[in-house]
Amino acid sequence: MQVYVRLFATLRRFVPEAKIGVTLSLELPEGARVRDVMAHYRLPEDEVKLAYVNGIYQEPDFVLHDQDEIGLFPPVGGG
Amino acid sequence: MWILRINMTDRTSKWEAVPERFRTLYGRALTSKIVAEEVPPLCHALGPNNKLVFSAGIVTSTPAPTSARISVGCKSPLTGGIKEANAGTSWGPDLASMRIRALIVEGLPQDTDKFWGTFIHWDKDAQKPVVEFFDASEYTGKDVYESYPMIYQRFEGRISIASIGNAGEYGYGNSGIVFNDQAKRPSRYAGRGGVGAVMASKRLKFIVLNEKGSPGVEIVDKALFDEGRKKMIDAIRTHPISKPKGGLNTYGTAVLVNILNEAGGLPTRNFSAGRFDGAPKTAGEAIFETNKERTGKEVYNHACSPGCIIQCSNTLFNPDKSERASCIEYESTWALGANLGVDDLDDIATMVHLCNAYGLDTIETGVTLGVAMEGGVIPFGDSKGAIQLIHEMGKGTPTGKMLGGGAEVAGKLLGVRRVPTVKGQAMPAYEPRAVKGIGITYATTTMGADHTAGYTICPEILGVSGKQDPLSPEGKAALSRAFQATTAFIDSSGHCLFIAFPILDIASGFEGFIQECNGVLGTNWSADDVVAYGAEVLKVERAFNEAAGIKAEADRLPEFMHLEPLPPHNQVFDVPDEALDSVFKEM
Ligand code: SF4
Repeated sequence: MQVYVRLFATLRRFVPEAKIGVTLSLELPEGARVRDVMAHYRLPEDEVKLAYVNGIYQEPDFVLHDQDEIGLFPPVGGG
Repeated sequence: MWILRINMTDRTSKWEAVPERFRTLYGRALTSKIVAEEVPPLCHALGPNNKLVFSAGIVTSTPAPTSARISVGCKSPLTGGIKEANAGTSWGPDLASMRIRALIVEGLPQDTDKFWGTFIHWDKDAQKPVVEFFDASEYTGKDVYESYPMIYQRFEGRISIASIGNAGEYGYGNSGIVFNDQAKRPSRYAGRGGVGAVMASKRLKFIVLNEKGSPGVEIVDKALFDEGRKKMIDAIRTHPISKPKGGLNTYGTAVLVNILNEAGGLPTRNFSAGRFDGAPKTAGEAIFETNKERTGKEVYNHACSPGCIIQCSNTLFNPDKSERASCIEYESTWALGANLGVDDLDDIATMVHLCNAYGLDTIETGVTLGVAMEGGVIPFGDSKGAIQLIHEMGKGTPTGKMLGGGAEVAGKLLGVRRVPTVKGQAMPAYEPRAVKGIGITYATTTMGADHTAGYTICPEILGVSGKQDPLSPEGKAALSRAFQATTAFIDSSGHCLFIAFPILDIASGFEGFIQECNGVLGTNWSADDVVAYGAEVLKVERAFNEAAGIKAEADRLPEFMHLEPLPPHNQVFDVPDEALDSVFKEM
């Protein structure tokens, strides 16, 4: 299946092609989880604080579906 | 310690001892208490009976980290209710160091042709501050980037300056009070609610401080204070959001653009959608990359005020390495970006700079322009048109003056139905239909729509202090209540609200925060006590608003948020009125 991934803030360090505003497409086997996306890009698990899938916060073991859009974030804050 | 009264009717000053009932009141707690005691709730906000009160926080001017905040209080010309706006600046510690617990500006002169300045400095011989007045009429009509260098030249030594821009002089509901940052920029705003117009109504253009020789604040239990301070510093330095080269120091508050966009909660084109395609171009990451490209190096952010170890304030540089704007906050890049359908970072920076120069609040300005776009004055996405309209506000053209009244006034003038305000104040950068808890804060805070008043975004979006579903209204009234009470205490402590990120996640940090306050005051507060202190502040503010005619019925979001589902989640604001009412009923 095909999913779409965006990486933000310091996470872009780990993936040179993750430029600002760029959505990466990724082939994953059926049943893949958010955690597998993190592993694919070799993102250390403790650096990823938040995963939004189609705009909804999900845990790392959330099972993905074809065409899902995933945004991954390190800890961020502001106001 | 003194209460200093400056009477602008006859330009006299008076020193009073701090009454016993104010013993532990500082910052927001004190400004709100004095406004509640001394300002008739039904007075005109720009009339002789309103008062403008300044007070620094409990630990301000001590070595406590990130604690140089100054609170400004009055009756707001924008909301008609009580107002507290605060800023980080050397001005706060300088006032506190001269042991001025509160500065109250009252009265107004008959002669409205002139503007005045006041200069407060420490007199070594008398061991007391002295107050002088000067004619400031020559600075009238100048923007603050013109007038500040003139004032720095006029006074010797290290001074701090509070002032107003053109927006205040015109009496706009959208006008802030500006303070200097660490590089003498006039860029730190107590921005919201029209506090600038209140200062201008008293014909006061500048309050200049020079604390040289002053004794500084007293710390009752130095050992306890130091213990607390150390815990706070450790928490700030280890939390990934607040640590050096962490989220805030690298990307500034604008790091939030992308996450709110992903969560579908970034208000777009006057609150008609929750996502904006151009958002990444306006975010903290884009500011960082643009600076790197233009200056040839990684630029980390700076402190707005002395003693800040988080250092979140950014600058956007031009291709020739000159400064284009400082500081581009999340709220500002959103209000003048996604909210207007604008994704040109340079144009957003120009707008931020113009707001700072003219004395406008960036949130109120952006939301007003969004309403103007909806009303057909200029199209969405027209950043050049938006820049022109800000110039009109600053120059006081007829169109500019009407927009200076703020978003709600603009909506009425233009026949626009989608007007995102509560109690007359424009909503900040979080969509209540996609983040229910923050909607409860907007609706119920005493301030009019204000995110800082009870920042439920922490658990709802950021996963700080737990993680809660932003789309669910469940339990959010209690969440907002707890955040509002804690915030009212933080706003009284003198700490910047951004210490909340580390201290909500790191228990020893929260402990240290209370120890610092106990150390300064000699109190014995527990965590429950400080929340109770915050709740008491809110009750005082609430009582003022009720007496001003702003009752529970005003604790509602605009109707369109109940009627129009917001993409991408296609939700309306579905928090029941009873839940909104419970925020204060159960406090
Ligand atoms: S964290 Fe940012 S806003 Fe707060 S005091 Fe420091 S520089 Fe100023």
